[in-house]
Amino acid sequence: MSILAKHKFIETNATLLLVLSFLVVTIGGLVQITPLFYLENTIEKVEGMRPYSPLELTGRDIYIREGCYVCHSQMIRPMRDEVERYGHYSLAAESMYDHPHQWGSKRTGPDLARVGGRYSDDWHLVHLRDPQSVVPESIMPKYGFLEETLIQPEYIDELMATHQLVGVPYTDEMIEVAAADFRAQADPDSDYDEMLERYPGAQVRNFDGQPGISEADALIAYLQMLGTLVDFSTFTPDASR
Amino acid sequence: MDTGTLNYVKLVAYGLVTLFAMIAASYARDLAYQLHMIIFMLVAGGLFLVTLRRTDEPAAPAAPKDEYFDSVVRAGVIATAFWGVVGFLVGVVIAFQLAFPGLNFEWAEGYANFGRLRPLHTSAVIFAFGGNALIAASFFIVQRTSAARLFGGNLGWFVFWGYQLFIVLAATGYLLGGTQSKEYAEPEWYVDIWLTIVWVAFLVAFLGTIIKRKEPHIYVANWFLLSFIVTVAMLHLVNNISIPVSIWGSKSVQVFSGVQDAMVQWWYGHNAVGFFLTAGFLGMMYYFVPKQAERPVFSYKLSIIHFWALIFLYIWAGPHHLHYTALPDWASTLGMVFSIILWMPSWGGMINGLMTLQGAWDKLRTDPVLRMMVTSLAFYGMSTFEGPMMSIRSVNSLSHYTDWTIGHVHSGALGWNGLITFGMLYYLVPVLWKRERLYSLSLVSWHFWLATIGIVLYAASMWVTGIMEGLMWREVDANGFLVNSFADTVSAKFPMYVVRGLGGVLFLSGALIMCYNLWMTVKAAPAKAPLGTAVPAE
Repeated sequence: MSILAKHKFIETNATLLLVLSFLVVTIGGLVQITPLFYLENTIEKVEGMRPYSPLELTGRDIYIREGCYVCHSQMIRPMRDEVERYGHYSLAAESMYDHPHQWGSKRTGPDLARVGGRYSDDWHLVHLRDPQSVVPESIMPKYGFLEETLIQPEYIDELMATHQLVGVPYTDEMIEVAAADFRAQADPDSDYDEMLERYPGAQVRNFDGQPGISEADALIAYLQMLGTLVDFSTFTPDASR
Repeated sequence: MDTGTLNYVKLVAYGLVTLFAMIAASYARDLAYQLHMIIFMLVAGGLFLVTLRRTDEPAAPAAPKDEYFDSVVRAGVIATAFWGVVGFLVGVVIAFQLAFPGLNFEWAEGYANFGRLRPLHTSAVIFAFGGNALIAASFFIVQRTSAARLFGGNLGWFVFWGYQLFIVLAATGYLLGGTQSKEYAEPEWYVDIWLTIVWVAFLVAFLGTIIKRKEPHIYVANWFLLSFIVTVAMLHLVNNISIPVSIWGSKSVQVFSGVQDAMVQWWYGHNAVGFFLTAGFLGMMYYFVPKQAERPVFSYKLSIIHFWALIFLYIWAGPHHLHYTALPDWASTLGMVFSIILWMPSWGGMINGLMTLQGAWDKLRTDPVLRMMVTSLAFYGMSTFEGPMMSIRSVNSLSHYTDWTIGHVHSGALGWNGLITFGMLYYLVPVLWKRERLYSLSLVSWHFWLATIGIVLYAASMWVTGIMEGLMWREVDANGFLVNSFADTVSAKFPMYVVRGLGGVLFLSGALIMCYNLWMTVKAAPAKAPLGTAVPAE
């Protein structure tokens, strides 16, 4: 036990103890985290991924603010029952523009990774207002105040510029016209063709069916696009990932 | 710098902070930010006034340099008990919200729905209750085992009050929607910066005391506490790297995204458990269990081996939160392997703690405080066995996303962290307030049994719902169709959710009994025979 006897050296020297114990705890993180930034097969090559439209991004922030991630995951595992229940298993590419990720850790409610297009806007609106009226067993809280809270795209350009700064491929043009795109997506009578060119596959509707753009509009726009972007007909999984 | 000049520097600094906070509050883009700037303004403004009033007054007599700095530990004891009750109460409320969704009151929809209260509960118990317990324990232990007064004069008070301010900012932020959605690291960017400042001060006070120690050796409890402080600083800094959208609002954007962000999050999240709730509390255990049992630590060699093994291995365990997700398989395999190996050093701590009772086992019959500490070690052993088991991929495929995880966390948090902290409080209050003994040992017994039965109800009900819902989700019929809708699993859990809530009520009532007992100890228990002079720090 001579090695242990030498431990006296460490335990009589505070600086040494500090430095050594710090070095020891850095190793695991370095090995597990850094390769994820340079190994090329970490994020799959897929077709269809694009950054969130201004309205969807606003909806995502409402999702974060209300703590939806506390009860809903957005990560379908490749097990038979999950694929059957929720759809194709989730890819890393599908959350590559998610700063931060919303994978979640608990399913008090069902997974939402592919909830887009599964229910109508009306269903979502009524469900947010009073979840038990459409799913009697549900234990979800009511979110009626969302449709009553009208919002303006006041700071959307700054929000998108910050996302651009951390690597989301928003162009300067997208940021410039962000407020107009925000309004266009919630108004089917608007001139939304250019918005659709910038955000292919974005859905243009008055999501809450009420005049003005409410938090419910933004949140439903976000929910309705979840998991709908990637074109799985062109996707081949990497066997050795 | 003489005190006069220092006073003017302080006045200028407080004045500038007050002014900036005032401007920030008026430009605020969201309610959370606005309230927080008003809080900053009031705190800095108040300090300005106090400092101003003291200017040119004769300096207050300096604190005696040869005495332990115990007033800050006393404050820590009070804060621990207070935040404990708050955290448990919020926990009981959200437990019943899950059983009876009507408790998400419509009039409080935008503030008190489950999604906003849940981070309030987790932060209140981990960071407010656990954090205050750890700071109080660190300050008490490092002084006693170094035979030196806490380093840095009033730095200890800065750490204490700075940490309370952090808690208030975090808690009010959640209610008002200021969150960055990273579990156990929800507070927004300026709150993170404030916590960083407080934490560095904590490290300086703690390390400074070790450096000026009079004992040649650094006691084992301090290894764990030092490692806890340093590692939590590293985790906090990396996991919270974000860019504020504007300095006038709480919203920020994380630098990492998707799979990398998930990995960083669980590297942080699991080691919040590993270093905050395990290494830190092991430090606590290594001082208070030998003290209460009046026996030396069982094995010095074991403590060396399990210390280095524990801190090296723990940091690798994060990816077991991401089995079968879009995280690459190599990372999740590493996480699983290290989690299983981690079982051994974890039990090293439990064995060292339990075997410390060698020759003093009879005290378990007469000393309910010791019984509490030993039970906490038993829960520690149980949850550090359950954890590695749940990190095995095939087990995790069933347990992940279910209530089993919640049950596992609570047998660790209530059983290990809760009971060892209660044990510490029962030990500290008579010492710090110079009482001969606790007010009532039978109330300690009541607390012990209420808490233990509460934990058993909690853990058992979550095992049942967790395994049940995991099995129900994957159940297919003879034709290969899913048998249960998601809503079926929700309604099947109802009775167990009520049982869990009742378990929480028992645990909370035990804590209230403790508060009464500690209060009466200070008020009514006989004082220790005065020693005449203060105890010198040596």
